[in-house]
Amino acid sequence: MAEENATIEKVESLPSGTERGPLLLTIRNLVINGLVDDTTVPILRGIDLDVHRGEVIGLIGESGAGKSTLGLAGLGIVNEGCIIVDGSITFDGIDLRNCPESVKRHLRGVRVAYVAQSAAASFNPAHKLIDQVVESSEIHKTEPRKRAVERAVTLFGELALPDPARIGERYPHQVSGGQLQRLMTAMAMNCAPDLIIFDEPTTALDVTTQVEVLGAIRKVVQQFGTAAIYISHDLALVSQMAHRIVVLKDGVKVEEAETRRMLASPEHPYTRTLWAVRSLEKSATVAARPILDIRHINAAYGHVRVLEDVSFTVPRGHTVAVVGESGSGKSTLARVVCGLLRVQQGEVMFDGTRLPPLRKERTRDILRRIQLVYQSADTSLNPSHTVRTLLSRPLRLYFGLKGSAANQRVNELLDMIEMSGAYIDRYPSELSGGQKQRISIARALAANPDLIVCDEVTSALDQVIQEGILKLLMSLQRELSVSYLFITHDLATVKAIADEVAVMHRGRVVRFGEKNAVLSPPFDDYTQLLMSSVPQMDPDWLDGVIQKRPGESTHEPAQVVPGKRTKRADRLG
Amino acid sequence: MDIVNTPNTTDISSSAKLTSGRRNRFSYALRKAPLNVKLCFAIVAVYLFAAFFADLIAPFGESELVSREPFASWNGINLFGTDQLGRDVLSRLIYGARNSIGIAIITTSIAFLMGGTLGIIAAFFRGWVDQVVSRLIDILMAIPGLIFALMLLSVFGTSIQNLILIIAILDSTRVFRLARALAMDVAVSDYVESAQVRGENLLWIITQEILPNILPILVAEFGLRFCFVLLTTSSLSFLGLGVPPPMADWGSMVRENASLITYGDITPLIPAVAIALITVAVNFIVDWYLQIRGGSNG
Repeated sequence: MAEENATIEKVESLPSGTERGPLLLTIRNLVINGLVDDTTVPILRGIDLDVHRGEVIGLIGESGAGKSTLGLAGLGIVNEGCIIVDGSITFDGIDLRNCPESVKRHLRGVRVAYVAQSAAASFNPAHKLIDQVVESSEIHKTEPRKRAVERAVTLFGELALPDPARIGERYPHQVSGGQLQRLMTAMAMNCAPDLIIFDEPTTALDVTTQVEVLGAIRKVVQQFGTAAIYISHDLALVSQMAHRIVVLKDGVKVEEAETRRMLASPEHPYTRTLWAVRSLEKSATVAARPILDIRHINAAYGHVRVLEDVSFTVPRGHTVAVVGESGSGKSTLARVVCGLLRVQQGEVMFDGTRLPPLRKERTRDILRRIQLVYQSADTSLNPSHTVRTLLSRPLRLYFGLKGSAANQRVNELLDMIEMSGAYIDRYPSELSGGQKQRISIARALAANPDLIVCDEVTSALDQVIQEGILKLLMSLQRELSVSYLFITHDLATVKAIADEVAVMHRGRVVRFGEKNAVLSPPFDDYTQLLMSSVPQMDPDWLDGVIQKRPGESTHEPAQVVPGKRTKRADRLG
Repeated sequence: MDIVNTPNTTDISSSAKLTSGRRNRFSYALRKAPLNVKLCFAIVAVYLFAAFFADLIAPFGESELVSREPFASWNGINLFGTDQLGRDVLSRLIYGARNSIGIAIITTSIAFLMGGTLGIIAAFFRGWVDQVVSRLIDILMAIPGLIFALMLLSVFGTSIQNLILIIAILDSTRVFRLARALAMDVAVSDYVESAQVRGENLLWIITQEILPNILPILVAEFGLRFCFVLLTTSSLSFLGLGVPPPMADWGSMVRENASLITYGDITPLIPAVAIALITVAVNFIVDWYLQIRGGSNG
């Protein structure tokens, strides 16, 4: 207990200034080890964390930094295969590390709650939503079911869910992903807990949906004065929610500061790298002849029309970014270019000649010149091949290289992607996410292509790794003058690497042109919505967006506060 | 300024040291295997040894008449006595290992080659190819296996080649079902699509992209199928339509000596125990193999 008193004194002496409630959660010198194949790997190496009542702490860091482990530790939960080696976790005077499981079980759902990244995976598809939302109050018998349901319905309203009175009667598959995430927040809030852990609650959502969910979560958290730990790898998102931000790296707290101060003057160099992608920018390139010319194509899956009258060009040595939310047809476009889907109308010209619509009709040389890099290297690299096989196969196939010649070229390719020859006999499962994506890129480069179609290649990676991959792609472009058709939903990425931008919405290209022209006003409705949904490194950004959303109805888009919008566009473009 | 690679190195390098090379991982798992699995490996090794070196270790020839006395009881010269023609039971048991196990392995291999290839092709092409092959297999599967085999053997005559081919074809239907189901998932994966976009031929896609990823389960199934085939050939031999005499085979040995049971002699049970023992051993090994591959393969 002496330790706890010392803590409080220490907190009070902190210079941050804002008034805080009493201390709710105290974590001191927490060390957690994980067990991987009989060896222990440190996950958290001595973390101190304080959460006061009503305070929202943002926890950021790249994947593997230990964010989720720390979040769960706040609930007194340790993942299977992990053990607490040292330190203490105290929640409102209860020692969560040493108290029996029954005590912890009484806390969970009532006083502490958890919102997971994937609501879709966390709801039981066999039960109605309302039964799951009020489940914890039923288990803990905090109040009669009728009252719990009433509370839930009120919460649904607060979270701006459609038809609050009846949405609970639906099953999880009958609502959208964004709604499900809000329902999960309602489930966590239903017993009015003191502390909620949000573990990347919006990462799986589209940018436009993300804004709504974020707004809803923040509103209820503020309204109920709930303390929260908000885990994310996106600093811009965290800064909308959190009073204070904690930066984790490799299980160590590298920086902790009040949100505005953290954004204005990050002290630790690592924190500054979290801005990484946003600070990248590609300078303008000279005009060139088109390598790919897409002319009025229509495509469909069965009877569902996915692409309608899409045309644009990719100049040689340029990067054309195709942006749009999921379902806008951008990936379909990639499939058409790679000959995986037949176009119904229109044609695609490649280097001046008409491209045969399907891959089977294309010559091996054309297949060689257009390479595809997938979003997920996990699924696009054969798990039973080594790096050597993965990279030498295209060399054998296209150039007949084998033996030592192929080996030499594989090593050159590994050099190009800034990986060493030590990785040559590794299997994909023995590489990190960023390394796997680099191998995918190297495999594409092995073919000496003219055009690489990149389908969301960075969206599964976190900021720092993204920056590395994007820089790599740009430097490769300078060296090899390869062209990219870059499909993404992230405008920060677009800004970082594109020369030209095509904005897609519901299968149509709503805007195409040089990057700065596309990303500056006047905007059409959809581009406007997309631009305003990109989180900004500005704690007031969400307020601005939410205030304007209702007024920003589709009727009069271009007239609302043009000054403010220009400013935002400048920051982006 | 290589910030990109540094954050990952810590966790990756430590685990990679342990998991480099699949062969090492297998021998490591074998060393850590429970005692019963090691025992089963030993049993299989003994059987294989008997099969390979039958000529050297068998005291008498396979169909050599060593005694004037049929159905001799166990004695110092003929350890397990003699059979109805006065041949040495122990020698026939050892030669039987070669015949029974050899036939079972060849049959199972042919079944896997046919069923596996067809299964992957059906899963890869889908559409009408899949429909045609699957329906043909369905027809074969609709007829009870042993009866169908009996009928075909009486039509084509009993020879070792016929026996092997007929059982292989009938067994390949089960292999086809499994291979097709497994390959279905793999055939739609991004890496197979990416191989197609690259312009790979069918052989490469089947053998290099799809097969390695379904292999663990197929290997386990190979062990189980081997047992079934062994039992089928033994049953056929017992019914008199299996391995033609005078070749030694455990199934026919049970039948030939069956009448001894009535006199309280356990000699006919010895070949039966031989069949049971290897079947159980192989099953244990398969179970263990699935267990160790289940977690690590991903």
